[in-house]
Amino acid sequence: MPETTSLGSGGGSYWTVGDDIVDTAAPDGPIETRWDRRKFAAKLVNPANRRRHTVIVVGTGLAGGAAGATLAEQGYKVIQFCFQDSPRRAHSIAAQGGINAAKNYRNDGDSVYRLFYDTVKGGDFRARESNVYRLAQISTQIIDQCVAQGVPFAREYSGLLDTRSFGGVQVQRTFYARGQTGQQLLIGAYQALSRQIDAGGVEIHPRTEMLDLIVIDGRARGIVARDLVTGKITPYLADAVVLATGGYGNVFFLSTNAKGSNTTATWRAHRRGALFANPCYTQIHPTCIPRSGEYQGKLTLMSESLRNDGRIWVPKQKGDTRSPDQIPEAERDYYLERIYPAFGNLVPRDIASRAAKYQCDDGRGVGPGGLGVYLDFADAIKRMGEDKVREKYGNLFEMYERITGEDPYKVPMRIYPAVHYTMGGLWVDYDLQSSIPGMFVIGEANFSDHGANRLGASALMQGLADGYFVLPPMIGNYIASTKLGSVSLDDPTVTSVVGEVTGRLGRLLEINGDRTPDSFHRELGELIWDECGMGRTEAGLRKALARIPELREEFWRRVKVPGDSGELNQSLEKANRIADFLEFGELLCIDALHRAESCGGHFREESQTPDGEALRDDERFAYAAAWEYTGGAPVLHREPLQFDYVHLAQRNYS
Amino acid sequence: MDVRAPRDEPTALEGAPTVNLTLRIWRQRGPEDRGAMVTYDLPDVSPDMSFLEMLDVLNERLILEGEDPVAFDHDCREGICGACGVVINGQAHGPRDRTTTCQLHMRSFNDGDVIDVEPWRAGAFPVVRDLVVDRSSFDRIIGAGGYISVVTGSAPEAHSTPVPKPVADAAFDNATCIGCGACVAACPNGSSMLFTSAKVTHLNLLPQGAPERETRVRNMVEAMDAEGFGGCTNTGECTVACPKGIPLTSIGNLNREYLRAVTRR
Repeated sequence: MPETTSLGSGGGSYWTVGDDIVDTAAPDGPIETRWDRRKFAAKLVNPANRRRHTVIVVGTGLAGGAAGATLAEQGYKVIQFCFQDSPRRAHSIAAQGGINAAKNYRNDGDSVYRLFYDTVKGGDFRARESNVYRLAQISTQIIDQCVAQGVPFAREYSGLLDTRSFGGVQVQRTFYARGQTGQQLLIGAYQALSRQIDAGGVEIHPRTEMLDLIVIDGRARGIVARDLVTGKITPYLADAVVLATGGYGNVFFLSTNAKGSNTTATWRAHRRGALFANPCYTQIHPTCIPRSGEYQGKLTLMSESLRNDGRIWVPKQKGDTRSPDQIPEAERDYYLERIYPAFGNLVPRDIASRAAKYQCDDGRGVGPGGLGVYLDFADAIKRMGEDKVREKYGNLFEMYERITGEDPYKVPMRIYPAVHYTMGGLWVDYDLQSSIPGMFVIGEANFSDHGANRLGASALMQGLADGYFVLPPMIGNYIASTKLGSVSLDDPTVTSVVGEVTGRLGRLLEINGDRTPDSFHRELGELIWDECGMGRTEAGLRKALARIPELREEFWRRVKVPGDSGELNQSLEKANRIADFLEFGELLCIDALHRAESCGGHFREESQTPDGEALRDDERFAYAAAWEYTGGAPVLHREPLQFDYVHLAQRNYS
Repeated sequence: MDVRAPRDEPTALEGAPTVNLTLRIWRQRGPEDRGAMVTYDLPDVSPDMSFLEMLDVLNERLILEGEDPVAFDHDCREGICGACGVVINGQAHGPRDRTTTCQLHMRSFNDGDVIDVEPWRAGAFPVVRDLVVDRSSFDRIIGAGGYISVVTGSAPEAHSTPVPKPVADAAFDNATCIGCGACVAACPNGSSMLFTSAKVTHLNLLPQGAPERETRVRNMVEAMDAEGFGGCTNTGECTVACPKGIPLTSIGNLNREYLRAVTRR
């Protein structure tokens, strides 16, 4: 058992171990009926009474947008926030490839059970079976809902919906809208939300950022938010709070996340008592555009769907600097097809990413710095013609050309892995309720459904399942079964949280040091990428854990934030988010250090098979690690994972 | 053009030749301020930088020099969220066709160029600060009717209504609008007809959108007028500026839909 671990120099320990989590609120019995039974057991709020209950929703992505719209349709009073200038801009919009659903329209052997099985297996057996089964069940309803909203999914000439395959899966269950599926689904949710805003059911606060959570008598009762235009700090109160604030991938600085994506809402909630689960499960996406320079502030993903038709290769010879068209077929290594003949270029993301890293570490990488592999469409163009390729991937090819100045119809794309998604997040039970009663967490912000690795086209599915279908009845159950006292804005807790938020922003402005906020973010990100990225070692993680507190101390001494807090001040917004990343990064590394096994996106180099694949240790680590904030060493609470339906096995995609 | 000192640190991984630029950027502290163009020299810009990365580099310098950095909206930097958008040398989103500001790269510029950078300028998009404008009027147009009313859970089976592929494709083409506002910025009348027409066309083409076809177009057009957007005089600047290539024919379609709706009332 990984008990406490000593810190090399300063004494103390990185973490302590607390009680196991025994109650996840999931019903037992046959998995097929668990969700039905949970919904039936849930208490209901009379439609006429719903308008007397206020729910705060933070975030307007797929999960938040869907939740806000649905709760308002049901009659609750919703107050909703996003830091962007419009709810339509949440980062779900950038998802490209598609959304999975067990419709079995292809008659290719798909089923709810198979989607469930693939997701548990793809997650390397580190997800909760009950949640995943429910997700698979709901998947089909999501497609119905979105089609009815007018989401223009790709269609066949029959007028029926088209599907394609995605990594880690041998059926074609991915619905898509060219390479803009996230955009189309988000716009669908945004339109539903806009309808409720217009009807007065949702009070929307764009350009407003949640900076803290208000917990009164042990229950989440509101948030403190800053109007990013006026700088005004305001407390908002409610009967329940929903966080739909996305993942923490930007702790790496360079990621495919939007620039504004941050962990402040979830981290502040964690500091107020919400357990944070499995932060070390981060997904490195195999097909991103390699970075081109030091100035780069963001990486761009190329949809995984490209792996359906593109072939990944590197030159067989190390340090081969010939242009790709000069390298004959016999001197190319299509390494994924060679190593994993059954899945070929469509192995799960974690495997494809690590394989690319090995090739590049081994000196066979291509492009600047040798940090890239080819994704080649020459065969696909020969097979189906350039027009068909353009129809399927045109917008992705255009994007690639704009960024790199190279034409992928003529020259193979260069790709390299980049941080893309975070499976970890705030711990939630089966009802999506966090360890703080009254605070619910949905979408990427929670940890619930993807285990240690998310399959492609499953993020959109989870966000919408949570927002449209899972959260609303569970909010009703919470409100109906809880006697909530009234709270007022004069409550001493409210005043004190507002004071803390104001004080912290004031301190950031007073430092007036000599380093920009971004310079700290970049340094933190490089450290975490090096030591807690695609490959992690105990020594590296200890190094990061020694360095992060120093960097944090330096940040609070040397950061320079111009302007003041009573105006639009993007440097202040940034600095405040980076301050939280500097705390969160430490928990990320502690979680990665404590989990001395490899699984999914968490690859501990000490734990691998002779072939270099992730080697799990189910005896010691078949649990979700939920961390409690203490201000010092966090406390680990284990939620043991039970596998009653899926047989635990070493993943094998060869 | 100044001869500039060699840079201290490499800005590109491979020594691609860099360019020296002069930027003239609109600075305006708040909605009530007058605002003015301010000139900044920016040496050693890598052609592989995006336009916004170039502004990042400038802002890093301004912060260290104790000046307020230039405020600009941006988020995904992949050309899909619609947050970014500035007028570059008089063109919304700059010189490259079908390209948002975040996807515009500095290889589109030459050494010694003087680049004017301004916010979207339109009555219905008031300036918030520097290059940031308030586009919430777009959200209100959508709220007025840019949706299909379908209560969560009430949807029929997805395959119960086949949609002919050409119809679905045309709807999709219009649904790609990212709501950036370049169409309004490019229009001499500050009209939002292209934006509104894209949504009306997307939803009115689909069988699912048919029941609300008339109320949708009427309400959206009324909302558009109430927000103070100008009228359309068919100059076509909007479609040229549109990073997603929403065609001018969508405006024709909006007019037809509107006429049909009001004559049926």
